[in-house]
Amino acid sequence: MKPARLALVALFLLATSGCSRLEPWVKPYERENLADPIMAWDRDPVSSSYILHVYESREGSRGAAGGVGGGCGCN
Amino acid sequence: MQLIGRIALIFLLPLTAVAGVLPDDRADLMYHYYDGGGVTIDGPSLLVRKKFAEKYAVNASYYVDMVSSASIDVITTASPYKEERTQYGVGFEYLRGKVTYAASFSNSSENDYNADTASLSISQDMFGDLTTVSLFFTRGWDDVSRRGDDTFGDQVDRRIYGVDVSQIATKNLILGLSFETITEEGFLNNPYRQVRYVDSDSAVGYSYEAERYPRTRTGNALSLRGRWYLPYRAAIEGEYRFYTDTWDIRGQTAEVSYTHPLGEEWTFDVHYRFYTQNSAEFYSDLFPRQNFQNFLARDKELAAMTSSTLGFGAAYEFKPGHLDFLSKASLNLRYDRIHFDYDDFRDLRVTGVTPGTEPLYKFDADVIRFFFSGWF
Repeated sequence: MKPARLALVALFLLATSGCSRLEPWVKPYERENLADPIMAWDRDPVSSSYILHVYESREGSRGAAGGVGGGCGCN
Repeated sequence: MQLIGRIALIFLLPLTAVAGVLPDDRADLMYHYYDGGGVTIDGPSLLVRKKFAEKYAVNASYYVDMVSSASIDVITTASPYKEERTQYGVGFEYLRGKVTYAASFSNSSENDYNADTASLSISQDMFGDLTTVSLFFTRGWDDVSRRGDDTFGDQVDRRIYGVDVSQIATKNLILGLSFETITEEGFLNNPYRQVRYVDSDSAVGYSYEAERYPRTRTGNALSLRGRWYLPYRAAIEGEYRFYTDTWDIRGQTAEVSYTHPLGEEWTFDVHYRFYTQNSAEFYSDLFPRQNFQNFLARDKELAAMTSSTLGFGAAYEFKPGHLDFLSKASLNLRYDRIHFDYDDFRDLRVTGVTPGTEPLYKFDADVIRFFFSGWF
C-alpha cells in the first residue's frame, strides 16, 4: 500500500509542476465537439452508478471506474 | 444481506467530477430492475444536484433495493428470503478557480448490515484546461451482523486511495486513466455462505461448513479509456481495466460503446462488455475434507468466471411546457442482458452424480433502468 500512496503523490507532483508553461494544443475554440453532451464520460450518473453496483456485487474486481467515482467492497 | 451490502462507495459519484465547472442543476428519478439467477431486485433511486453562486454545489441521493432471493446459494444451503436495503447520501462541492473540492457521506442500511462511507476529493484543471487531475480518499466503516444470531457482530474498515486523469488529446478525442488502491480489514466474508467438502458419511457425498476468509484484502485497479467524436455526430468509447489483489484474484474488463443522436431529441446507445477473472487462492468448489486449510471460500464471486453484457439505451429529450421550472427534461430507457459463466462453481441443484462432476453453473440476467431527468 505504501508504494501506491507514494505513486499517487508523485503523479500529482509531476502533473502539477510547471503547468503554466505548456501551450494547449487544442485551443478553447476548437473544443466544440468535445463539449457535445454525447462526449461526456458519464452522461447519466444515477444510471451508471447503478450498473456498476450490479457488476461489483457479482464480480471479484472493483475500483477504477473512472468518471463515475470510487469502487466498492462487494463480494 | 452482505452480497449487496458494501456498495455505499459507488454512490459517492460526484467526487471525481470535472474540475473548473460544477455539475448542472439536475434531478434524476430512476426505477431499476434486476432479474437473474433466481434473484429479483428492484426499487427507486433519486439524485438531486443544485449549485449556488456558481461556486458551491450540493447533492443528495436516495436509493432502495427490494430483494427477493432464491439464488442457487440460497436454494442449496438456506431458504429463500426477502429484504430491503436503503441508502442515503449527501455531498458538497466548492469551486475555487480551477480547483474543485468535494466531500460526501452516505449510509447504507439493511437488517444485517450497516455501512457508513465518507469521501474527500480535489480536482484541478491544468495545462490550458486540457488535463483534469482528481485525487480522492474514501473511508468506510461497516457493521456486520447475522439474522437469528444475536451473539455475532463484527466490523469492516475500508480505505480507498484514487487518482483520475482526464486528458484532451485532440479536438475529437479525450482519454482517461484511473488508478485505485482499496484496502479492507475486518469480517470480509458472508456470514451465511458455506463451503462444501467431501464427506463419505453423507448421503450426497459431501457436507457443508462455514466459509473463512482472511481479515485483510488489498486490491489495485488500473483503467484506461478513450472517447472519440466521429466525423458525423456520434461517439465511440473503448475501455480496459486490470485488477489484482492479495487474494490472487486478477480480473480484466473490456468494454466498447457507441452513442448515436438522432435529431435534437433522440439519443441511442449500444455497448458490449466482457469480463474475466481467475479464482481466489483459497477458493474451491469442493474441498477434499473438512477444515482442509486455514481459509475456505465457495463464494461464486471469488470463482473463476466470465461475464458478457450486451446493452441498449434510448433517451428522448424534450421541453416540458407544463413544468415551467424545468429548462429541459429527458426520458431514458436502458436494457442490459448479462451472461455469467462459471469455470469452477458447480450447479448443486443437480443431484445423483459424483460430487465434483455436477455441471458448471451459468445464468443470464436482465437489467432495466428507466429514468426521468429534469434540468432546472
